[in-house]
Amino acid sequence: MVKYLAKRISFLVLTLFLVASITFFLMKLMPGTPFSNQAKLSPEQLDILNKQYGLDKPVFIQYLSYLWNMVQGNLGTSFQFNNQAVTSIILERMGPSLQLGSQAMLFGSFFGIILGAIAAIKKNTWVDSVATFFSILGISIPSFVLAVLLQYFLAFKLNLFPVALWDGWNSSILPSLALAVAPLANVARFMRTEMVDVLSSDYITLSKSKGNSKWQTVAKHALRNSLIPAVTIIGPMTVNLMTGSLVVENIFTVPGIGEQFVKSIMTNDYPTIMGLTIFYSFLLTVVILIVDILYGIIDPRIRLNEGGK
Amino acid sequence: MESILKVKDLCVNFATYAGTVNAIRDVSFELHKGETLAIVGESGSGKSVTVRSIMQLLDRNADIASGEIIYNGQDLLKYSEKKMNDVRGHDISMIFQDPMTSLDPTMSIGKQVAEPLLIHTKISKKEAIEKAIETLQLVGIDNARERINDYPHQFSGGQRQRIVIAIAIIGSPDILIADEPTTALDVTVQSQIIDLLKDIQKKLKMSIIFITHDLGVVAGIADRVEVMYAGKIIEYGEVNEIFFNPKHPYTWGLLDSMPTLNVKERLNYIPGTPPDLIDPAPGDAFAPRNEFALDIDFEQMPPFFEVSKTHFAATWLLDPNAPKVTPPASIVARQKEFKKLTKAGE
Repeated sequence: MVKYLAKRISFLVLTLFLVASITFFLMKLMPGTPFSNQAKLSPEQLDILNKQYGLDKPVFIQYLSYLWNMVQGNLGTSFQFNNQAVTSIILERMGPSLQLGSQAMLFGSFFGIILGAIAAIKKNTWVDSVATFFSILGISIPSFVLAVLLQYFLAFKLNLFPVALWDGWNSSILPSLALAVAPLANVARFMRTEMVDVLSSDYITLSKSKGNSKWQTVAKHALRNSLIPAVTIIGPMTVNLMTGSLVVENIFTVPGIGEQFVKSIMTNDYPTIMGLTIFYSFLLTVVILIVDILYGIIDPRIRLNEGGK
Repeated sequence: MESILKVKDLCVNFATYAGTVNAIRDVSFELHKGETLAIVGESGSGKSVTVRSIMQLLDRNADIASGEIIYNGQDLLKYSEKKMNDVRGHDISMIFQDPMTSLDPTMSIGKQVAEPLLIHTKISKKEAIEKAIETLQLVGIDNARERINDYPHQFSGGQRQRIVIAIAIIGSPDILIADEPTTALDVTVQSQIIDLLKDIQKKLKMSIIFITHDLGVVAGIADRVEVMYAGKIIEYGEVNEIFFNPKHPYTWGLLDSMPTLNVKERLNYIPGTPPDLIDPAPGDAFAPRNEFALDIDFEQMPPFFEVSKTHFAATWLLDPNAPKVTPPASIVARQKEFKKLTKAGE
């Protein structure tokens, strides 16, 4: 396991290096410079600014020095936001976004698994149809539409939650809900399909022939064997959450990281773009690593061969 | 012979898009204490449905339309689901056809084998695992103690079937139902599993219902045989009576198509296909494929005619008014053998 983790983490580092490199050169290909929207600057002033940020050097040298700084944990200073260090921008803004994302993910997966399992157990009954209807609805409605609906009905009309405010857990409920619906619906669909398959397999009949009741059979034998596809989509779902949160954060005025990202792209704020891209990639690779480890925990056949019997 | 299980006039229907399939039609039989009863027949004859009705493990579209299944003087078909759960795995348990798919791939075998004990008895987890190790040793798993935490994929097909058998017998059931337990295995492993079942039966004094389409396997294990065709039992008797003195043309066909070591020509087979059970024709379901069929076979269901106290066959050929027919050569040879056997027995 230790050997495996070491291997995976070295891959993670390699992935981050590639992401950083590709982003760096792609960004250099973007039209405009960080200072082009500040039209009042004279050519001399621009030269000074370029020199100060090292933008006068050849691109390759800039690339090397960027990598060197990155290894040391320094992602540079933002060009736009009061010369703040990019790392501190990320750290400051990361909290609310991570909170929303993980709340949405946990809520979505948990209820998705339950909804999918119930639909599978009650296959071809009205329960199944209702569950299917809501999952399709959940997949089809974009999170920002849902966000607005939740905001209007639960916050504005019924006054159950703050409309748009970031203050304590109560205010995180609506944005988390808006974000959770898509993962919930997706997990439910995958769960149902797999579970229908699993429920018709021989070991389920065997479980019943042992004297397990229907629900005992589901809990002891069907659930775990149906989890793999649901776990698989956690990776892509995380990406969805990240992009979804850009808009949802805006709607609920959550001081998250998504809003920052959009702003920095608009202003060619190279270090912030780079920093956020690397941060997102890091999150994603970690999620994928977690998913792979979960596979092994759920299904012994996927456990690593090395050292195995 | 004391009987431990009685199936009476069992009818099972399946609702399908094409219509209602009458899968089991008036099946009755008895299982005696300590015996091995084989149910033979081709695919779709209703063997599995019959035993799954006993366990009430049929698919959702199945409907046990009528009949009784008497165990311990009570009709299992009247049992609630909860009461039935107490019977399954404790009084009656089951082994399935494909050992590769009948074990839970994500649970260690120790837990799987111990499960019936934990369901039916108030025993600690530790004791249950200890009993599981004993049972695994009994069914011939080497190093059971060391392998108790291994998963099914770490075992071969034959070993897995042994594990499935261990699951079935750990609760010391009265009745073991084996639904084609050797079909998916190599011939050499097949005979090992059959020897194991015989051995266990002696040790635990169980009654076994053994389902198969392989008459070679039947000869090796059964005390009595029921031959099924199109959802009905068409002939039953002691194993020698079925093998050496068969009376129903379908049993003739089955035996005649058994490969033997000295078959030189093509293997015999029964022409045609089993009938559609959505709308079964009146009369003997086998009549259209039967070269010995009489006119009455197409019109009226034959009743059981007594051949001996233990041997019955449902064919009009046994009617006193029926014309005498000569069975296929191999069957005539078997009947000669049977006369020798009975003489030797006297």
